[in-house]
Amino acid sequence: MRNKSVATLAGVTALALYSSMAVGSKYNFQEPQSVIAQDIYDQHMMLLWICLAIFIAVFGVMFYSILKHRKSVGHKAANFHHSTTAEVIWTIIPCLILIVMAWPATKTVIAMKDTSSPDMTIKATGYQWMWGYDYLQGEGEGISFYSKLSTPRAQLENKEPKGEHYLLEVDNHVVVPVGKKVRMILTANDVIHAWWVPALGVKQDAIPGFIRDSWFTADTPGIYRGQCAELCGKDHGYMPIVVEVLDEEAYSEWAAEKLASMKKDSVNLASVATDVASDAEAVEAAEKDSDNN
Amino acid sequence: MAAVHGDVHGHGHDDHHPTGIMRWVTTTNHKDIGTMYLWFSLAMFFTGGFLAMGIRAELFQPGIQILEPELFNSFTTLHGLIMVFGAIMPAFVGFANWQIPMMVGAPDMAFARMNNWSFWLLIPAALLLISSFFVPGGAAAGGWTFYPPLSTQGGLGVDMMLFAVHILGASSIMGSINIITTVLNMRAPGMTLMKMPLFVWTWLITAYLLVLAMPVLAGVVTMLITDRHFGTSFFNAAGGGDPVLFQHIFWFFGHPEVYIMILPAFGIVSEIIPTFSRKPLFGYSSMVYATASIAILSCIVWAHHMFTSGMPTVGQLFFMYATMLIAVPTGVKVFNWTATMWKGEMTFETPMLFAIGFIFLFVIGGFSGVICAIVPIDIQVQDTYYVIAHFHYVLVSGALFALFGGAYYWLPKWTGHMYDETLGKWHFWLSMIFFNMAFFVQHFLGLAGMPRRIPDYALQFADFNMISSLGAFGFGLTQLLFVYIVIKCIRSKEPAPEKPWDGAKTLEWTHLPTPAPYHSFETPPVVK
Repeated sequence: MRNKSVATLAGVTALALYSSMAVGSKYNFQEPQSVIAQDIYDQHMMLLWICLAIFIAVFGVMFYSILKHRKSVGHKAANFHHSTTAEVIWTIIPCLILIVMAWPATKTVIAMKDTSSPDMTIKATGYQWMWGYDYLQGEGEGISFYSKLSTPRAQLENKEPKGEHYLLEVDNHVVVPVGKKVRMILTANDVIHAWWVPALGVKQDAIPGFIRDSWFTADTPGIYRGQCAELCGKDHGYMPIVVEVLDEEAYSEWAAEKLASMKKDSVNLASVATDVASDAEAVEAAEKDSDNN
Repeated sequence: MAAVHGDVHGHGHDDHHPTGIMRWVTTTNHKDIGTMYLWFSLAMFFTGGFLAMGIRAELFQPGIQILEPELFNSFTTLHGLIMVFGAIMPAFVGFANWQIPMMVGAPDMAFARMNNWSFWLLIPAALLLISSFFVPGGAAAGGWTFYPPLSTQGGLGVDMMLFAVHILGASSIMGSINIITTVLNMRAPGMTLMKMPLFVWTWLITAYLLVLAMPVLAGVVTMLITDRHFGTSFFNAAGGGDPVLFQHIFWFFGHPEVYIMILPAFGIVSEIIPTFSRKPLFGYSSMVYATASIAILSCIVWAHHMFTSGMPTVGQLFFMYATMLIAVPTGVKVFNWTATMWKGEMTFETPMLFAIGFIFLFVIGGFSGVICAIVPIDIQVQDTYYVIAHFHYVLVSGALFALFGGAYYWLPKWTGHMYDETLGKWHFWLSMIFFNMAFFVQHFLGLAGMPRRIPDYALQFADFNMISSLGAFGFGLTQLLFVYIVIKCIRSKEPAPEKPWDGAKTLEWTHLPTPAPYHSFETPPVVK
């Protein structure tokens, strides 16, 4: 008997160590970087412990029974087949446990849904297969760009060694300031996509023809990576999302630079158009010349 | 296959029937039809399993190795459809065909000809699904849930898939009407509803769920077909429709569907556990009520598959609470099984091992289900490998393990021969080990952020994917052992004992010889 309880204790300790290892490693959620992501992380841990406790209790009883109440050790079958008291108890207790689980979850749902009074608003549009971003409101208003996978084709085809951020890198990051409430507006151009950044606790489907929204406030500067989370066709695995969180000053600099370069681009574009026009005039003039000759 | 009924002529019943292929084409016998259902589902199980092997081979290492992304998507799509509609559901219908008439003391199913038709419909549907790989544009690649607008983009393969789903739905509706009628009208004298074996009860409730859910699937498939070909815009925002409407209708079918695949499994386990514990099932009536409440709740939780599609707060909260409630009747079932084992006189033959394995792993799947029900957590794990792990725990170690357990339990009754107990135990333990190796690590992949349905992944997911693939290959190979065991059992010369399980109390064991005669219960038994 003593041997058995020692073995049980060792088992439980090993299991506990195993689950504590989970915290902050690749066995668990990415390290949370926003209030919501932190809430999700904590609730998941709480649920995991509750489930583990129930699991040990239920299967402790079952495996005790499997060891002791077997024919090979000469146990004779009893003949009871119901007990209203037991059944009422094991209906009510799970209900109570569920209330304990649902209470914090309800608060988080309400908080997640509150997209009111943001500091800035960004619209993300899903395309097959890239994301488009438009800064609609707040500092950086008017910025607009596309963001595509930047991992070279050769790496996908195993012709080159794979880089550190294989499949999780893009040409243009979504840049946001730290500590500001960012409201994300989501839509799509063709099929349904989903905008997901695990560290920020945001996942929202982007639905063609409809607008959905979500929000996050990043706690610390850094680069956070996510992926499209709704099957959107052939290259669904190749449309990552990279959010770069900067401190306020750096963000202002980035926004100003980005706006200036966009202005320059559009000027360039305009001048290209003029060039084309004058080329056409020149051709026409040349043709006239040749006609005259 | 003929060997299954090798010695039916010994029983002196009027059992004339055509021989050769015509016996199977024209049969109206519930046992023949049950046998065909079971072989069909086994064949589809290996077809879907082949696709799974392809998926896991591609995911063995990062990078694209053997399946180009589009073909990979076809593999995941058809793997899901074939396993759900081709393997698991027909297997349970096969069990129902064989067992329900024998367990309620009826001579056959109520609508014997329709029974034949509902089986033979499966064949063209399966051919449509498989041959869609070879048409221009390839097989459907929009996931087994075929959400538009993605599924409106595909080619002929999508139409073949939609047509196949239509046919399979029609087959299921007929099968379930047949089961409801048989159970309600053809029970032996004295067998009141509350005396029916639990397997019959769970199937009766499942059949009602099918009659409720399948027409909804047929509706949504039809709407998709008219969107694709006849210019309607049910799911196209540009024409005033809504892509999310599809998801609501699909999951209104889809959530009852997952219980359609698990309730009969509960029934099988509820037969096996008391038999091998040599003790009556604990809390019979609460088991029936729990099954019924799971079925009712399953109809009001569909939108928990859509928490990320953007729903009002109240909607998310309602579907979260309703989903969490399902844990209560499911818990009651687990507690009742434990109490049935408590102070029993247990032996651990292969059916019992699969039943205990079922409870153990299904509970893990149940826990991850509760975790997925919590909206904030679901926001993180939806459409990741966590969900893949969750539903394989309830469908593979849930539904499939129960099917294996049931097959070993009734094989002696069906074939008249005993299966090889040692090999059966090997089958169980290898399945158990490889299953967990394949799917337990997928929880970690999902938590760490690996989306589902991607052919290639970031490097931090590499080692768990390799473990998972190795486990999946092992699991796939182990299932060949099952085929060997079944064939060996059918071909065996040694007759099985009349009653191989001394704890069995249902009519097919107490009132019928082994193997069961071609026509059983021409005179109904009297149940006291």
